Amino acid sequence: MTATRSADPGTAPGRATGLVEQHRPLPRVALSGLYVLGALAGVVLSAVTGFNVVLAVLYAVVLGTVAVYVASRSVEGSRKAFDRLVTSVVTTAFAVAMVPLVSLVWTVLSRGLKRLDAEFFTSSMLGVVGEGGGAYHAIMGTLVITAITAVISVPIGLLTALYLVEYGTGRLKRWITFLVDVMTGIPSIVAGLFAFALFALFFGPGVRMGIMGAIALSVLMIPVVVRSSEEVLKLVPNELREAAYALGVPKWRTIIKVVIPTAIAGLATAVTLAIARVVGETAPLLITVGIINGTNLDPFDGRMATLPVFAYYQLTQPGFPPQYAIDRAWTAALILIILVMALNVVARLISRFFAPKTGR
Amino acid sequence: MTTTSAPPQAPRSPEAPRPKRRLGDRVFAGTTTGAGVLILLVLAGVAIFLISEAWPAIVAPAGDIPGGKGLTAYIAPLLFGTLLAAVIALLVATPLAVAIALYITYYAPRRLASGMGYVIDLLAAIPSVVYGFWGIAALAPALVPFYGWAEKHLGFLPFFAGPASATGRTMLTAGIMLAVMILPIISAISREVFSQAPALHREAALALGATRWEMIRMAVLPYGKSGVIGGAMLGLGRALGETLAIAIVLSASGGITFNLISSSNPNTIAANIALQFPESTGLDVNTLIASGLALFVITLAVNMLARWVVNRRADFSGAN
Repeated sequence: MTATRSADPGTAPGRATGLVEQHRPLPRVALSGLYVLGALAGVVLSAVTGFNVVLAVLYAVVLGTVAVYVASRSVEGSRKAFDRLVTSVVTTAFAVAMVPLVSLVWTVLSRGLKRLDAEFFTSSMLGVVGEGGGAYHAIMGTLVITAITAVISVPIGLLTALYLVEYGTGRLKRWITFLVDVMTGIPSIVAGLFAFALFALFFGPGVRMGIMGAIALSVLMIPVVVRSSEEVLKLVPNELREAAYALGVPKWRTIIKVVIPTAIAGLATAVTLAIARVVGETAPLLITVGIINGTNLDPFDGRMATLPVFAYYQLTQPGFPPQYAIDRAWTAALILIILVMALNVVARLISRFFAPKTGR
Repeated sequence: MTTTSAPPQAPRSPEAPRPKRRLGDRVFAGTTTGAGVLILLVLAGVAIFLISEAWPAIVAPAGDIPGGKGLTAYIAPLLFGTLLAAVIALLVATPLAVAIALYITYYAPRRLASGMGYVIDLLAAIPSVVYGFWGIAALAPALVPFYGWAEKHLGFLPFFAGPASATGRTMLTAGIMLAVMILPIISAISREVFSQAPALHREAALALGATRWEMIRMAVLPYGKSGVIGGAMLGLGRALGETLAIAIVLSASGGITFNLISSSNPNTIAANIALQFPESTGLDVNTLIASGLALFVITLAVNMLARWVVNRRADFSGAN
């Protein structure tokens, strides 16, 4: 591991050993201090010209960076100065990327908490005009459709991953790998159109069913399951397989008794992440499942309500007075985020606590 | 500890044992291969069913298509809007994503780096409809003052000709929102290729006295270039197909214009389908499916090209 821990002579202080003398034109804190000074100047500048948070941060970052660059250039030379400039630009870029995440979480939390009450989880929108109402029907609909999607996608996805890792050879394997990769990029609305076109051929135009949504979501979910479980299966050490073969275990029993149990934590993680990927999909459900106000849990019988579509319609067609529907929309968005984040956390926990010791 | 004094038994049959094809093996091999082939069939099915449902619109007389000027005239402005939004997103997101990937792989404290990568990946997990909510409630109002300023001071550019939108629901807002959505995709792939840059090259550069930036410029960026390009194209594919976020945020009125800050914008294919589909019947549905087919073909081409670029690099990467 010593190879990756190389000290960086550009910025990190080398340890002075023996007679080697460290030449350091600027003390270690000088540059951070300069950055802070520049940033303060920026804040003052924006305060003078009329205070505005965005402008203040902008001036502060620019002036801080300029202060560091100029000081470093005059003392340390242009190469080092440019290195420091890049460091500060790259760090700023990371901070900039954090802004939307924080802003998004804050917006959804502050607007969604208002209706996060028991009624929201227990009542549907049947006969509700204005205040009250909830998303019970939509939450249940999302659970039903997501469950069907998982039932369709997980076996197909896992079997395909097994094929690619254990059986696949030659051209077919290359084609499947390539097309699975391409399939991960299918726009979700196109998947929805596919399911609609498929069912419209048999049931005529205007058909809306929960199962259509599940099939559309499966088109999106299968490639995700394949890709991630393929990666997991590849991590199973070949020695385990060879040991099983040496004991005379047939290949299919090796897969069931050795390969899958070794990889089970990773597979569970892969499936959980794939579910998280499709649970918030809106566009395919919008055109295949539609929306209703009452509770319909039969995926083979007409329209169903789902959480993302519910949120979309409550926000864009709020009716009158609009505020109640908009509040419901934000709460539905908050629940969606919580759901997705929870699935992500669960996936992380599974992979952390149940991962096999592969000795790597 | 059982030791037997009996001599080892001779093999039961003198001829070499033939490998047995067991029933279980055949069933298992068949099922897994079937699942793989099923995926190919699904992809083919997507194309076939889209074509079959789009066919009535393709052969219909021009006057019957919404707008009355034929299918090409219907799809062209939508295609323009789709490409415009995606290009804006790509221009904003790519440099940012590369910088973030560099920060996480080579600048951030080692202990925090994986956590930071995870936080960026969370951006990818947020559902598209929630991005739309955020776009219309937080991003668009925040950009309105900038649009006013841009109209006043940059109005000589066609992009900022104005009149500036009062709600902020403009093409530029949609593009920036898309940029946030594709940022994690580009940065994840860039991060991967940057971290695979050969350690020997990096250390050689540092040992010769290069600063950290010079090391990155000479050893990391040339190595990761095609990975970044591939990642950007995957992001482009995602941006082209993004639906509801755009449908919520963009105030669209059709037409073709490069004006990014006014309140009349070209719509995108995906958003147009989402907005029109629930209320459409008859030939309108076929027309929308035809536009979806166009979107499918474009994203398929972009994704294939992207995967080809990414995989080509994997073939002769020095890391393996």
